[in-house]
Amino acid sequence: MSARDAMLGRIRASLADRPPVPGVPRGYRTSSPPDVDPVALFSERVRDYRATVHRRAPADVGATIATALATRGARRVGIPPGFDRALIARAAVEVVVDEPPLARAELDALDGVVTACAVAIAETGTIVIDAGPDQGRRALSLLPDYHLCVVGADQIVGTVAEALARLDPRRPLTWISGPSATSDIELQRVEGVHGPRTFDVVIVEALSPALPDPPAPQEAVP
Amino acid sequence: MATLREPVPTFAGTPPFPKAAAAALADRQLRENLRRATTTIRDKRARAVAERDDWEALRLAGAAIKDEVLARLPELLVKLEERVTAAGGAVHWARDAAEANAIVAGIVKDTGATEVVKVKSMATQEIGLNEALAREGIAAWETDLAELIVQLGQDLPSHFLVPAIHRNRSEIRDIFRRRMAAAGRPAPDGLTDEPRALAEAARLHLREKFLRARVAISGANFAIAETGTVIVVESEGNGRMCLTLPETLITVMGIEKLLPRWQDLEVFLQLLPRSSTAERMNPYTSMWTGVTSDDGPQAFHLVLLDNGRSDTLSDPTGRQALRCIKCSACLNVCPVYERTGGAAYGSPYAGPIGAILVPQLRGIARHPVDEQTASLPYASSLCGACFEVCPVRIDIPEVLVHLRGQVVRQRGWRQRTLSQEALLMRSLGLALGEPRRLAAAERLAGLAAGTVARDGWIGRLPLPGLLGAWFRGRDLRAPARMSFRRWWARQRRGTT
Ligand code: SF4
Repeated sequence: MSARDAMLGRIRASLADRPPVPGVPRGYRTSSPPDVDPVALFSERVRDYRATVHRRAPADVGATIATALATRGARRVGIPPGFDRALIARAAVEVVVDEPPLARAELDALDGVVTACAVAIAETGTIVIDAGPDQGRRALSLLPDYHLCVVGADQIVGTVAEALARLDPRRPLTWISGPSATSDIELQRVEGVHGPRTFDVVIVEALSPALPDPPAPQEAVP
Repeated sequence: MATLREPVPTFAGTPPFPKAAAAALADRQLRENLRRATTTIRDKRARAVAERDDWEALRLAGAAIKDEVLARLPELLVKLEERVTAAGGAVHWARDAAEANAIVAGIVKDTGATEVVKVKSMATQEIGLNEALAREGIAAWETDLAELIVQLGQDLPSHFLVPAIHRNRSEIRDIFRRRMAAAGRPAPDGLTDEPRALAEAARLHLREKFLRARVAISGANFAIAETGTVIVVESEGNGRMCLTLPETLITVMGIEKLLPRWQDLEVFLQLLPRSSTAERMNPYTSMWTGVTSDDGPQAFHLVLLDNGRSDTLSDPTGRQALRCIKCSACLNVCPVYERTGGAAYGSPYAGPIGAILVPQLRGIARHPVDEQTASLPYASSLCGACFEVCPVRIDIPEVLVHLRGQVVRQRGWRQRTLSQEALLMRSLGLALGEPRRLAAAERLAGLAAGTVARDGWIGRLPLPGLLGAWFRGRDLRAPARMSFRRWWARQRRGTT
């Protein structure tokens, strides 16, 4: 008998008492309360992870990306093949398009990467990338030490449930909530272990004017 | 060719819980680190959970979904297999540890690789995969910072979530200085014991391995039957590295890790991070379905592991242990775990969940188990804190009592001793649950021990009845002149 058939047989035998299949009580919240502004909440929650968030009108996005890259001292910056090049045209950096795909060592040598995202979640301060043309393959947003992600305000949903409903499970998905972190040494939080150690988010808001930058990020919560 | 590390100690041969626990209790550093860790995480978790007014509804949904998984397990496994295969992955079935290890070693050998990178996985610890691969000449590199510390320190993990919590920063620096060079890129000159510097040293050491790795091995937090999607939840980014860069990915997953539907993640991606790292969301979660051309590994193998899970499933009371999502919340609230640490449990599954899961995985429902395993259901005070925090509402005290019954039934000739022990554990449990009573009990023990301790050890106490029997089963370190609880009370007041 194959291992597969043996295992399935044992499992069936173990369920000889025929335990009932319970209905799933879904009494939890799947959407945000109506008074919540998802863009404001998303910004606040991402900042809680000590990432930097800028909210900008479309016309100001290019300048903000240029300033952010300069602040981080990035000189060679990767973008996915489908990323809107106009957005990075004002930055004083060498732009490297991941097409044909860069070798691992080349990705590792980049100072940073700029991508779009698939969806963002306000309650948890999460962005999800799904390897779409403007986000690139997974390695691109992983190996460089700095990741700047451009998020459309209309891509921000309130909850995890709403995000899952928008996502396609057949695509490779990466959920990112702040920079990588470890508390493995005496529980002291250290940001940046293997993923990009620095993470910036630029939110593009079609309808609102440019807002002043909020105060600097504070202690991560909770 | 990689340098093969020396074999690490395995869990086999761990002394029974009372003995191992006595040794751990004597280690002041371990106890202090653990107390700090569990208290900190416990408080953070409480805040993260309080933020959700629908927490109880999420728990109820989580428990029901997992019960559904168990009730429909054969059908859902077949569906998962079908979906993963359709998406270009290969599915393997492993009845036990030996079979799983042989499958993984075979796949690695077929690629011609002599080393693999690993992302923290309890299932592969459970089956002793690293040691099995070493026997085949394959080096397995742990890439989680804590696992790296444990591996380089040739040590056992002490907590699921922070496995190196028994080590302080200067010990970690020493381990890095002494052992990194033999495993690859050496520690930087002048490495300090600053956590940031230590993390940076690990980053550099492991980056070299990620960039050249051809095969990675992972566990899985969840797998979705209806879509074939596998999910790994992590913090450091080493998971993303392992899941993205190598050409071949092998995932070893316990059969209970399934979820029926994609939608069910809306429950578990809330329950897990808040219960585990006490965050609204962990930094990184990776999800993949089979293989994707031009992105990530081009060969994906999913190994479905039984290794005692179908035995566990056969017990209508005990099977709820298979709902566990390995969040570690129950460890952090357990008064017994807080004092003994993880290694005393003799398995990667420590704390309250270890006490109910391990005896079942080792077949207690079907046949008598060894001494070490049989002692685990007694490693609890039955205070119930574990149930309160469990995101999938496992009634751990209920299962503990049930398993104690099984141990006693299976050991007719030892019934008297064990019943006495059970009784004593119960009264100890009551005492642990109530600070004043424990204080009284410890003072009493301190007084009694003072008369019989030689060289700081209590041998065979000439005590009558229950207490004598209990001490006979244990070679206890004589109670310190200041008991732990009195010491702790003084710590909390800020004096030493
Ligand atoms: S038993 Fe519950 S609390 Fe303990 S690790 Fe498992 S899921 Fe978490």
